[in-house]
Amino acid sequence: MDFGPFLLLALMEGLVTAAVLALTASGLSLVFGIMRVVNVAHGAFFMLGAVLAWFVSQWVPGPPALSFAVALVLCPLIVGAIAAAADTAVLKRLNYEPEATIVATIGLLYILEQAALSFFGPDARPVPAPLNFRIQLPWFGYSGYKLAVVAAAALVLLAVWLILRHTRAGLIMRATQIDRDTARAFGINVDRVYAGVFAMGAGLAAIAAVLIVPIQQAHYLMGGDPLLLSFIVVIIGGLGSLRGTLVAALVIGLSDGVISTFFAPTLAKIVATLAVALILVLRPQGLFGKRAA
Amino acid sequence: MKLDRALLLHLGLLAALLAFHFAAPAYHHTNIARIMVLAIYAMGYNIAFGYTGLLSLGHALFFGAGLYAAGLLAYHAEGTAGTGLIAGLAAGGLVAFALGLFALRTAGVAFMIVTLMFAQAGYLTVLYFGSYTRGDEGIVIPRAGRMLGSLDLSDDNTRYLVAFALFAAALLVNLWLARSPRGRIMVAMRENEERSRMLGYNPFTVKLAALTISGLYSGLSGAAYALMFGYAGASLASVQYSILPLLYVLLGGAGTVIGPFLGALLMFYLIDYASSVTDAHQFVTGAALVLLILFAPKGILGTLRERGLRWLP
Repeated sequence: MDFGPFLLLALMEGLVTAAVLALTASGLSLVFGIMRVVNVAHGAFFMLGAVLAWFVSQWVPGPPALSFAVALVLCPLIVGAIAAAADTAVLKRLNYEPEATIVATIGLLYILEQAALSFFGPDARPVPAPLNFRIQLPWFGYSGYKLAVVAAAALVLLAVWLILRHTRAGLIMRATQIDRDTARAFGINVDRVYAGVFAMGAGLAAIAAVLIVPIQQAHYLMGGDPLLLSFIVVIIGGLGSLRGTLVAALVIGLSDGVISTFFAPTLAKIVATLAVALILVLRPQGLFGKRAA
Repeated sequence: MKLDRALLLHLGLLAALLAFHFAAPAYHHTNIARIMVLAIYAMGYNIAFGYTGLLSLGHALFFGAGLYAAGLLAYHAEGTAGTGLIAGLAAGGLVAFALGLFALRTAGVAFMIVTLMFAQAGYLTVLYFGSYTRGDEGIVIPRAGRMLGSLDLSDDNTRYLVAFALFAAALLVNLWLARSPRGRIMVAMRENEERSRMLGYNPFTVKLAALTISGLYSGLSGAAYALMFGYAGASLASVQYSILPLLYVLLGGAGTVIGPFLGALLMFYLIDYASSVTDAHQFVTGAALVLLILFAPKGILGTLRERGLRWLP
């Protein structure tokens, strides 16, 4: 293959990565933005979504498209419910004290991974793709499903944006983000908002996982990379800034696709991690984030 | 150092560990040797986290630096245990100092993420240079590399006694540090950084010094771990090994000298016991973290200190 088509292929792969990453990272960013909680268990919620999708594909008879649709609805709900329960049972009792919540979510990560290992097993298992067609370009054929993933991710992100900007629930979330005491004084049940936001963040990770699992297979340790990359994206985009998260996801996803195709994937990750650590040191508010008051 | 009850308690612990050497069944003998080495690591972590209030999620970087300094020297350069321990100590301290120069410009959550990121980059670097480090598979250190003078560290008895000597030195230095004026300044940084700055102490240098000492401990522990158990693998530099000392310190009691050892001892046997009953030992780690942070954030000794044993250093 010539360089041009090869680059196009790398960019398309990068676009798929970017789409899924944007979904996962927006969940992390939402939770940080509104609750000021750094959720280390976010990768575990992602993994849980993929693993549950496999269970659904086993239980629901009929064509793959049907079970996939069921998974796409059911998995985020289950994962969201687990997250809401964890929020109420643990994080709320810690008063969302930043360092304590990080330790607690590390604990949660271990518990969820162990649960997946015990009930799902150590093997990677495939989930069939709901649609099976190839788009024939002049130089190579490309999986239609992957392009569908990009479209679906864009739709979900659009929905999140609409909810945040144009619904009452979104207004309440933004009010809580800006000043939770005043919000409480206006009769907003902040505890419920927090549980809801934590569930929504986890649910977004689960949707991303359900979308990617036909391409990637479900595995109980698959949460590590999305967590690391989401951290990178959220930090570069500015902690808590949703628009910054989207831009950063595109940049990181595309460059990851290109560097992984032309160089070694490990090298790409080393460079990205170091870059991020340095960004945090030199510009703690991220590239797009507003300077903290 | 005046001979008071605090010093007596620590000397008593050391005497008990030495006596254990002659009385212990072989299985527990090896376990305790391993726990003592890990406790050095946890003590180092405690100096940064417990005393100075620096919650790092990247100490595996320092542990790994010591581990690979000793391991690679022995494997590729025919180094011996003596040079390995010194190299590990130096590597841990140097890496911690260099990281501190960057990471200490941040605080709180940003510090946690920065340390986590650097440690992850370190772990990936180990994998990237797989032709030297053999990555996940790890390197098995040849017997010649595990000789400390005429002492053979692969021998069970020697290993226990050398681990004991290192542990005793680390514990006494820790005790001295905790009771020295410098230790008090570190605690002052943890309690109220702005007020300490107003009193004329430079938070950056105090924290950098604490982190470097912490790195020296971690590096020494990593080198000792590699040399005594003959193995250096990437999993020992992974994020799990950043969480372990945090867990030990939280359980035993942050900001206490014996706490890290107590935490390492209890956690090691808890996981050991759990593995014999079920496969789900990760669950024990996770549940312990959540329960500790919820119900006993000060750990065992920290709680005891609040309930009357105010003299515990």
